[in-house]
Amino acid sequence: MALVKRFTQFVDPPNEGNITQVPESVPTLGTPKIETRGMSFFYGTKQALYDINLQIQSRAVTALIGPSGCGKSTYLRSLNRMNDIIEGTRVTGEVLLDGADIYNRDVDVVSLRKRVGMVFQKSTPFPKSIFDNIAFGPRIAGQTNKSELQVIVERSLKQAALWNEVKDRLKESAMALSGGQQQRLCIARALATNPEVLLMDEPASALDPASTARIEDLIFELKQNYTIVIVTHNMQQAARISEMTAFFCVGRLVEIGQTKQLFTNPTQKETEDYITGRFG
Amino acid sequence: MSGSQNKISVPNDGSTRPNGAASLRRRFSWMHVREQAIHFILFCCALLSVLTTVSIIYVLITESVVAFPPNTAFFQVVSLHEFFTETRWTPQYAEEQQHFGILPLVTGTFLITGISAIIGLPVGLLIAIYLSEYASPNARKWVKPVLEILAGIPTVVYGFFAIRFLTPMLIVPIFENWLGMTVFGKNALAGGIVVGLMIIPMVASLSEDVMRSVPNSLRESGYALGSTKFDVSSRIVVPAALSGIFASFLLALSRSIGETMAVTIASAGFAKLTLNPLAQIQTMTSYIVDVMTGEVVSGSTVEKSLYAVALVLFMITMVMNLISQWVLSRYREVYQ
Ligand SMILES: Nc1ncnc2c1ncn2[C@@H]1O[C@H](COP(=O)(O)OP(=O)(O)O)[C@@H](O)[C@H]1O
Ligand SMILES: [Mg+2]
Repeated sequence: MALVKRFTQFVDPPNEGNITQVPESVPTLGTPKIETRGMSFFYGTKQALYDINLQIQSRAVTALIGPSGCGKSTYLRSLNRMNDIIEGTRVTGEVLLDGADIYNRDVDVVSLRKRVGMVFQKSTPFPKSIFDNIAFGPRIAGQTNKSELQVIVERSLKQAALWNEVKDRLKESAMALSGGQQQRLCIARALATNPEVLLMDEPASALDPASTARIEDLIFELKQNYTIVIVTHNMQQAARISEMTAFFCVGRLVEIGQTKQLFTNPTQKETEDYITGRFG
Repeated sequence: MSGSQNKISVPNDGSTRPNGAASLRRRFSWMHVREQAIHFILFCCALLSVLTTVSIIYVLITESVVAFPPNTAFFQVVSLHEFFTETRWTPQYAEEQQHFGILPLVTGTFLITGISAIIGLPVGLLIAIYLSEYASPNARKWVKPVLEILAGIPTVVYGFFAIRFLTPMLIVPIFENWLGMTVFGKNALAGGIVVGLMIIPMVASLSEDVMRSVPNSLRESGYALGSTKFDVSSRIVVPAALSGIFASFLLALSRSIGETMAVTIASAGFAKLTLNPLAQIQTMTSYIVDVMTGEVVSGSTVEKSLYAVALVLFMITMVMNLISQWVLSRYREVYQ
């Protein structure tokens, strides 16, 4: 399998410490919000990711596509260290957030996850009221002021385009919402902690087309202010919402490029096979 | 079910299997008989437990509520009003001074139950949180058998421990020598503490079960929002499992209410309407033991009072068990 690590050429290896000087030699790319360098990932002895070099741009949507089991979720979850929860996992290489390695010994995982929020494939409302769901993050961060919380809840629900539907029943259980509403609730809940990055793992794959469209609109809105990384198995979706697309295959990053270019003119044969296979 | 595989019923021509229609016809077969016999034996076992329950209820009711004419039931002698409002329970006195007000037994029982709850419920819950959220698989492997050992200690040993160790070496030094209060040799505190220890394994294992059934996706969502392990345990897992935890508390308390031997040894003396944990008390269960092991005139009101007390005890624990079963089954529905 011929693999070209296209991004290694952009990296200046002698750059020490945590200050990243992003190479200006990449005209279309701004300062990367997140960057992984030579990153590999292991579940125990089983290696799931091989030497991933990838830059994720600020205030843009980066889509991760690829056949299932190729490591998209693993990669995404390593960006906020969610994999730490799984016993026996190990990361090598660097994962930089604003130039600082998040796997550094002195990094506080809790504050990292406040900066890098996550939305899962299956919506996971807590069995609490809508209000308490959204206020969860701010509360564990120490916010107890009722009116502050109200402001945050309203802002987050508006950002997630859910406010109008639930504003009269904030005290009701979040479990009573529809599937699409629950997923937007989870997005609102993630936004309430004021993250800089939002990681989404197939956020619309369990939803009907109408709800999916709403989530896509929402992502389109959110990218004005947030850096978004989204895993999707739906290539039309990746094409619609993302600026950059990365194609993964069996634990390797095969290709990353501007979405339009990657879909119309992939440089790798594997990418082309995958895209044409699906688009048929 | 079909007898076609059975040697006895298959026509012994050895050449062909019976054709379709013949093989479906019902014939005598030993396998069928065996199946029927097994079914019958199992049914009888089930019937036995139902019959036991029904006959216990029957006896309790005919001795305490309504009796067949020449006999009189307890409540035909002592009015319900006296039974539930009178504050003296003095069956040991001569007939004209006897009072049958169950309140002192109820307060005694609830004193024990209350003390055991203060000790057993929080400790049990904390152990459950530890086992479900914090413990490594290795630690669980050690803690769980220890809990089972704790659960397997005979209650008489707990009673002995209370009266020989807790009271003289802990309660008396603290409350009498140090705080200057009067401590009875048998006191509610000692019994309550050991009953509390007794219910810890039950609370821990039942609560742990319900907490572990909280889906992992909720925990992950919590961590993704920047929760610490403690945040996840206390703000997600415990609230999500609350109804199940509540049910485990009810079951444990109904065990406390019904606990007999340890309480009889450690706390029980005479019935008195008191909430002083350092005093002797009488619980419903220990009263029954007391009367049964003493000399009681057959057919006397005292003997009948046993059934009335047992009926009250039975109803309290049954209601608590039913509520907790109901809560638990609803809880399982939510997360299935
Ligand atoms: N908890 C885990 N333990 C061990 N292996 C895992 C675990 N999660 C995922 N994997 C393996 O890692 C590989 C990548 O999985 P994943 O990242 O979920 O792929 P994708 O999201 O692209 O479908 C797969 O081979 C999968 O079996
Ligand atoms: Mg996945």
